[in-house]
Amino acid sequence: MTLPSCPLPLPDSLDEDALVTLAHGGGGRLMRRLIEDVFAAEFDNQWMREGHDGAILEALPGRPVLTTDSFVVSPLFFPGGDIGELAVCGTVNDLAMCGATPRYLTTGFVIEEGFSIADLRRVVRSMARAAASAGVQIVTGDTKVVERGKADGLFINTAGLGFVRDGEETRPSRVEVGDAILVSGDVGRHGVAVLAAREGLGLETDLLSDCAPVAGAARALIDAGIEVHCMRDLTRGGLATALVELATSVDLCLSIDETKVPVIGAVRGAAELLGLDPLYVANEGRFVAIVRGADAERCLEVLASEAQAASRDALTPFAPALIGEVRQAPAGRVLATTTTGAERLLGMLSGEQLPRIC
Amino acid sequence: MSLEHVDEYRDRKAIGALVHAIEREATKPWTLMEVCGGQTHSIVRYGLDQLLPDTIELVHGPGCPVCVTPIGMIDRALELAARPEVIFCTFGDMLRVPGSSEDLYHVKARGGDVRIVYSPLDAVELAATEPAREVVFFAIGFETTAPANAMAVAMAEKRGLGNFSILASHVLVPPAIEALLSAPDNRVQGFLAAGHVCAVMGSAEYEPLARRYRVPIVITGFEPLELLSGILACVRQLEAGEAKVDNAYARFVRSAGNPHAIAMLRRVFEVAPQTWRGLGEIPASGLILRSAFARFDATKRFSSDIGVVPEDPECQSGDILRGRLKPAACTAFGTRCTPENPLGAPMVSNEGACAAYFRYRGLTPTT
Repeated sequence: MTLPSCPLPLPDSLDEDALVTLAHGGGGRLMRRLIEDVFAAEFDNQWMREGHDGAILEALPGRPVLTTDSFVVSPLFFPGGDIGELAVCGTVNDLAMCGATPRYLTTGFVIEEGFSIADLRRVVRSMARAAASAGVQIVTGDTKVVERGKADGLFINTAGLGFVRDGEETRPSRVEVGDAILVSGDVGRHGVAVLAAREGLGLETDLLSDCAPVAGAARALIDAGIEVHCMRDLTRGGLATALVELATSVDLCLSIDETKVPVIGAVRGAAELLGLDPLYVANEGRFVAIVRGADAERCLEVLASEAQAASRDALTPFAPALIGEVRQAPAGRVLATTTTGAERLLGMLSGEQLPRIC
Repeated sequence: MSLEHVDEYRDRKAIGALVHAIEREATKPWTLMEVCGGQTHSIVRYGLDQLLPDTIELVHGPGCPVCVTPIGMIDRALELAARPEVIFCTFGDMLRVPGSSEDLYHVKARGGDVRIVYSPLDAVELAATEPAREVVFFAIGFETTAPANAMAVAMAEKRGLGNFSILASHVLVPPAIEALLSAPDNRVQGFLAAGHVCAVMGSAEYEPLARRYRVPIVITGFEPLELLSGILACVRQLEAGEAKVDNAYARFVRSAGNPHAIAMLRRVFEVAPQTWRGLGEIPASGLILRSAFARFDATKRFSSDIGVVPEDPECQSGDILRGRLKPAACTAFGTRCTPENPLGAPMVSNEGACAAYFRYRGLTPTT
């Protein structure tokens, strides 16, 4: 994050009722105030304090793993999270899925003119909180302000750097026939929580998004000596889309029993009402683990103890489950055994799931 | 919603028992049509057709409101949605339905104000909060959505909203069943009528059809167990040489239907001839706004040059919607027609038969 070195006196502290204006993106005193008051104050660490053009980092043992993601969500604040928490968890989770320990994040903000400073501060605070809980440092960043109507309030990009120890890389090429497929918790909470928070749906629910870092659980599996072959965090497109992507990359058949996939009542009810398939509803704090078949039971135990530690919604249990196995054929496909015992194909949706007419 | 209740209708043992009963009672081949696209999706999703004995063939009916909306009407919607003064409100289902050159997603991408609503009343509310704009709601559907759409018009009238209108393309089930039955090449021997349509309209209007065409009509739900119960009831009638209206969805359907919904529908709409995609014009098979509500009719409010628009000649949706062709047997299925690049609505609608086959079975057999 670049701080201008102009010696002019700074304007008074930012008013909580203030709005972001184009001047905040202009590179002058207002921008400096915004960066110091909102960003640097929350992301306080040696690199932020240095205020250099980039962060000069320390190498950690293992190989570097790099990822990036951009976050656009409406509404920005939803039950159980906000765009800031998503922006940290999403990128941390992507690193964790490679077997890496996440260490550093960068962040870029695109803010729409007129956005409230108080909301911006809320988002930045929740990023700082999520980063602390995931054990990562936000080391550098960038801010741009665009004219009203050119962005939906706020867009955030994060890039993440982590390190993976030799032999612990989890990737599609390690998946083998006979591997077990597990999911770290019940699916569909984030998508339904966001839908319910949108204006006009009239869907009342106490449901919270599952938004959370999964790096701890992923690490726990590896540290327990479980032979983890591949992991994939569930995001847009849900469990089904993650499995379809994996099946395509490993060119084997992922066979699941859809009755074993944990879905809590509130999610099922909303999905039934709206005509959505919970397997395709978004998640932000769940992942699929593909492990050596013989390790399935132990993997389930570790996931269960991690889930218990992470559960914040006392109303409903948050259950990991063994949902299927890897087979040879039909290669590149995901088959789901339905409640009737018949198998159906899980494919990729062509776009977003759209609620039906009747 | 009680989900334990839903689970009862998906219980594997109970499903097995019903399949077994159908197997035992069907002594010869029977061809049944499930009318509603929601039923088709349930059948294909749960693989019910694969569980049934070879004696039972299920053919998929025209009950997908998105699919039967003529392409000219879609073009009309696209034209309205592109007008700068219009906020075009639609159910999500319609966004990907192709008109003759593009779909609502593309109109939206080029700046059209297209919004997904979950109820027509949301569109009325929007008209009240945006008095300087014209709010048009795409009112499509069978008897299930018509009462709510009628209510939206009645509300707009009551609130004196001069900037709300609907683009209506409403269709009715019984005339479509009659059109199928009176076709010389009809091979459907029994119908599973759409449970939710009957929950609104009742079952009585199917009695004359069952009598005149000597065909069993069983009012059927959407869950696996309900569908199999409907099939069993239909098979029993066929085996016994009976042809009557039977209610296998008694948890929701009464003979007289829902009188409040019917009264609202009749107050606002009147029956008129309607063109169905793939089936052509069917007499007395649609609903149009009564003249007292003409000012809420978007086709009268906005002029248009769109006349009769031909369907894509390669799309065989007519045969699909009449149950003459299974989606996978269409030469364009999965090649020149996919959900990303559909030739016709059945490939993209949540209730379309082609979409069901593509989504749950893919291009080749899965087992």
